[in-house]
Amino acid sequence: MSPRPGFVLEVDRSTPPTLFWHGENFRLERLPIGSRVVYPPEPLVPLADPDAAIAHALEHPLGDSAPLSALLHPGMKLTIAFDDVSLPLPQMEAPDVRARVIEAVLDQAAAAGVDDVVLIAALALHRRMTDDELRHALGRRVFDAFAPNGLLWQHDAEDPDAMVTLGETDEGELVAISRRAAESDLLVYVNINLVAMDGGHKSVATGLASYDSIRHHHNVKTMQHSRSFMDRHHSELHTSNWRMGRLIAQSLKIFQIETTLNTATFPDQFGFLNHREWEWGLKDRAAFHTVRAALDRTPAPLARQIFHSVRAPYRLTSVQAGEVEAVHEQTLDHLFAQQLVPVQGQTDVLTMGLPFISPYNVNSIMNPILVACLGLGYLFNLYKGKPLVRQGGVVILSHPTPWAFHPVHHPSYIDFFEQVLAETTDPLEVEKRFEESYARDPWYIHLYRTSHAYHGVHPFYMWYWCAHALDHLGAVIVVGGDRAAVRRLGFKPASTLADALEMAEDVVGRDPTITHLHTPPLLIAEVS
Amino acid sequence: MISSLLAGRRIAVTGATGFLGTALVERLVRAVPDCEIVVLVRPGRRTGAAERTAREIIRNDCFDRLRNELGDAFEGTIARRLVTIAGDVGTDGLGLSEADGAILASCDVVVHSAATVSFDAPLDGAVEVNLLGPSRVATTLLELAARHRPPGAPLPHLVAVSTAYVQSGRHGDAPEQPVADDRFFSLPDWRGEVAAARRARSEADGQSREPDRLAAFAKAARQELGAAGRSLLAERTERLRTDWVSDRMVELGRARAQALGWPDAYAYTKSLGEVALSQNRGPLPTTIVRPSIVESALAEPRPGWIRGFRMAEPVIISYARGLLRQFPGVPEGVVDVIPVDLVTAALIAVAAHPSTGTPDAPPPIFQVASSVRNPLRYGKLVRLCEEWFNERPLYDQRGEPIAVATWQFPGRGKVQGELRRAAKVLGLIERLASSLPVRGERAEQIVEIEERKALAERALGYVELYGSYTETEARFSIDRSLAFFSSLDPADQAEFCFDPGVVDWERYVTEIHLPSVVRHARVRTSPGKRVSGTREERARRAILSKEPHVAVFDLEQTIVNSNVVESYAWLATRHLEPLRRAQLTLSLMLEGPRLLAVDRRDRGDFLRSFYRRYEDAPVERVREDAWELFSDLLLTRSFPGAIQRVRAHRALGHHTLLITGALDFVVAPLTPLFDEIVCARLGEHDGRFTGEMVSTPPTGEARATLMEQWAARHGLGLSSTVAYADSTSDLPMLEAAGMPVAVNPEPKLAAIARRRGWPVERWARTAGGPRNLLAVATRRLGPRTTLAPKLTSPQEHR
Repeated sequence: MSPRPGFVLEVDRSTPPTLFWHGENFRLERLPIGSRVVYPPEPLVPLADPDAAIAHALEHPLGDSAPLSALLHPGMKLTIAFDDVSLPLPQMEAPDVRARVIEAVLDQAAAAGVDDVVLIAALALHRRMTDDELRHALGRRVFDAFAPNGLLWQHDAEDPDAMVTLGETDEGELVAISRRAAESDLLVYVNINLVAMDGGHKSVATGLASYDSIRHHHNVKTMQHSRSFMDRHHSELHTSNWRMGRLIAQSLKIFQIETTLNTATFPDQFGFLNHREWEWGLKDRAAFHTVRAALDRTPAPLARQIFHSVRAPYRLTSVQAGEVEAVHEQTLDHLFAQQLVPVQGQTDVLTMGLPFISPYNVNSIMNPILVACLGLGYLFNLYKGKPLVRQGGVVILSHPTPWAFHPVHHPSYIDFFEQVLAETTDPLEVEKRFEESYARDPWYIHLYRTSHAYHGVHPFYMWYWCAHALDHLGAVIVVGGDRAAVRRLGFKPASTLADALEMAEDVVGRDPTITHLHTPPLLIAEVS
Repeated sequence: MISSLLAGRRIAVTGATGFLGTALVERLVRAVPDCEIVVLVRPGRRTGAAERTAREIIRNDCFDRLRNELGDAFEGTIARRLVTIAGDVGTDGLGLSEADGAILASCDVVVHSAATVSFDAPLDGAVEVNLLGPSRVATTLLELAARHRPPGAPLPHLVAVSTAYVQSGRHGDAPEQPVADDRFFSLPDWRGEVAAARRARSEADGQSREPDRLAAFAKAARQELGAAGRSLLAERTERLRTDWVSDRMVELGRARAQALGWPDAYAYTKSLGEVALSQNRGPLPTTIVRPSIVESALAEPRPGWIRGFRMAEPVIISYARGLLRQFPGVPEGVVDVIPVDLVTAALIAVAAHPSTGTPDAPPPIFQVASSVRNPLRYGKLVRLCEEWFNERPLYDQRGEPIAVATWQFPGRGKVQGELRRAAKVLGLIERLASSLPVRGERAEQIVEIEERKALAERALGYVELYGSYTETEARFSIDRSLAFFSSLDPADQAEFCFDPGVVDWERYVTEIHLPSVVRHARVRTSPGKRVSGTREERARRAILSKEPHVAVFDLEQTIVNSNVVESYAWLATRHLEPLRRAQLTLSLMLEGPRLLAVDRRDRGDFLRSFYRRYEDAPVERVREDAWELFSDLLLTRSFPGAIQRVRAHRALGHHTLLITGALDFVVAPLTPLFDEIVCARLGEHDGRFTGEMVSTPPTGEARATLMEQWAARHGLGLSSTVAYADSTSDLPMLEAAGMPVAVNPEPKLAAIARRRGWPVERWARTAGGPRNLLAVATRRLGPRTTLAPKLTSPQEHR
């Protein structure tokens, strides 16, 4: 039986309660009759032999590029950059796609007699990965070969000696990237394209760039004009990255490798997450009730630890290599083939259950700013065409939103939440008054460089990510969240979904249309 | 007319800085226009007598009325009519200079109102002032007269203020007669009492210096302050010793008084003082005025004027704050209260009419009391208070109204028993609780227990002290006073009224006295949060002001919830096999209590012995591992509030300094956070640590000194220093700092901070961080994936 595509269910009398993610737990909610639930497509059948597919892609590049083997020669300087721990979500079962691809690339490099090879985790302004995370992403073999010899680097956007300025785009955007990458004879970038935003020119132009470069597209104006940033042809974020990427490509040979995964997001014991509620079998029901009962009795930190140790049984659906733009166009086709779900018309109220994870809290805690970003930045933007929710509509998020932060990973978030959001939640105001001081703060820079902290400016980006949604929406309501934290975000807290829907009526009027985004697994709504 | 009788006279007043004395001086200045006033003031330790007069008498709000009436002429009038002489009634000859002696000799009237009015004064102090004071004044006046006055010139008139309660032991009528005439009362020889009191002082002092006692004081000081350093502990020990002597003298005073039939040392010494005076006054015309319990003014200088917190006030306020739920007494008993202006009026009237009796006859006695003419029943007073506070409750710290209890008028024994038991139980809980290793909020809860114990003890103190005054059955007759009052000119009667019959008790209690007491007590009388901010809030504002400051931080428990043992455990387990890691962790855990004990005893010794464990550790590897330690232990266990505070200081341009016993490589990653770090450093040999410290971090007093030097280097004084610390081992630094802040204090420091009004910060680890209970490193397999950046190592302590 071939996998079924995504699906929009209309809730009727016989519809069982709908599963909402709620952080490290779940809620079963009865949606009003007539509500719609958007389900993700079932996982596509993966490539039967991923290693062969990778080898094939390396030898049959797309666009204006020679095969990888032809680009390698003795005495050359080779740099392999790879996506960091923010992809995929959750982390996938070993072997990670990056490990497979990088091993294939290294095999060819060894065969070609290349001995100056450096691996760089393309952190941009993310936190440094831990050894365990690197070992998982790269596989033990690669890690053990490179790390002890100091050849496994993590991008340091604040090391003036390790960065180089390549110039400015026609729009005056400064382009500064990793010196090692820029001075290499070949840069291979290994992507996991979990969502449509990832990859393309953004890989290098953002992943290996400096704050002074990134600030040209990571800002409120750009984000408000990225509709959405999951739709690269309508995304100002990507347009800027493309300008920069083309400038980089003028002086640096890049061999882009992009990979797509299917939607097999959760292992068997969480099978109910992959299935639709009315199709839950005995096993799914038993699993759900067991998990719920266990989670209700588990302290939040332990539940978090359990969830973050979940490894996704993702499987490779495509791999393409070669010239950046040609590769990326095909990647998008593969992505949309897996994730696109057609939806008829917009809705007054959009509900979503937020899971325990977002790109920036892997092995960490989802703090309130990340809650906002996951809901209003990521999930809200999972659309092509028009947003799922109409202009002036309401988004209802379900998440416990604890007033809690990871002291090592998110130090500037703590201060941002306590000092910036206490003053204003308006993204433009936030940007104008506070960004510079956080971005240049020597203590945050120190923590970014030497510890495992996100850059001082990172919480600002999370807030800018929400800018389009904040601009578009009439109200945001959080169900079951810490009231103080939710208010600090500028949202409204509600105890139950029923209360939240009542509150939403004050904004959008009586008997609103309601749509629930049943994700993850991920999908992209193509709204007509 | 009184004012014409006193016109052109010189009137000396002793005890002018007291409640009654201030009122008397003010009234003389205001109501007797043509007299001159000489105040005999004891010079303070740092202030001269004249300065005390200006500060403690003239600046008192008692003079507000006069200041308003006279306007610009006020200062001139005071300068013209008020003369200060320096003297002490506790010294023979009053310690007068020749010039001051001459001034006193020229006085026509001397009102002696200096006294130790505290009911629980140490025995010897009360004896010197209350018993011997009047006689000293009398003999000094006689000597001065002999030297300075022409023979035959009239002697000055001595008006001695005593107390009606010298007769408190009587049942029923207590006439205006000398105590010596009391048929039912046998008096001891006052000379013997004086000698015994002086002897008792030197004996108590001797006892306090016994080795056992000194050891007990030292132990108690250590219990209170912990490892606060030698000098603070010594200071505290000495304080405890002198307090003990003082308490002993109080106890002896009370015991002696009660053994002889007086309620307390005050009444006892005052009684014998009258006896001594009548024996020593010689030919000096003398009058004794005995007021009962002097309370706030009925009308002069203004209704409700009061000075100091006296007898009924603390009891009333304790009741209104819900602290005193019961007070002994019989409802139909009489509380003999007299407004202060009635007493000053009586004194002035008496001063204007020197006694005409012969030197052999006992000096005439005037009682100024209300119990016969216009009794205030105890039950009525309590009812009025209850009603008043029910309508106008005080508010607690949260802004909630406090409900007052309905007094049941139990017996004194019952109340005392209950309070004693409560204090004992609370004391036991406190002792148990304060030995628990808790900090922050829980430590402050223990402080609350301690405070409740202190309150119970204070309540007990009130009951023991004042209980007898609500049970007094003596009725102080005022026949002579009233007769004298009737003999006065009607204008004088209006101006200087001392007939207690004029007092409307209900009005006096509810409209005059209680509002005045509440105003004086500085208690909360309105709900909700304070607008102006508490002392603590003001302190907080000062800490983060734009003025230049130096801010000194301790590390452990102030910025991070970790310690040197954990840092060591983390570094030591970093490269071990799992089994060895478990062994090492277990052995450190087992050693924990012993290490803690050493640490408590002497921080320096502890560090020295503990750091020996680093002997032979490879320097390079440890320094590199320390960067992961930074993330895994220090930052994970950091208090974001503390880091924000350091950064806030720096943002304000303040200089920040970290003083810690931690090792340089452990705190190296904190370098960018502070302007300077003072820490410990180990010696190195052949790439390995020697285990010996080459620079010892300052502890105890040395930290205070370092803070001072460092402030001086930035051109600042101690008043510009802010010190953050968590334990009493930093007490010298906190005490020295201009702005001390207790961070997550342990119980001892919490108690001290509460008493001193120091701001307390409750900085906690953020919710959401990893909770690794044991400081064990994740095992490291290869080198760091990126090299530690080039960072300057923290400066070592010079």
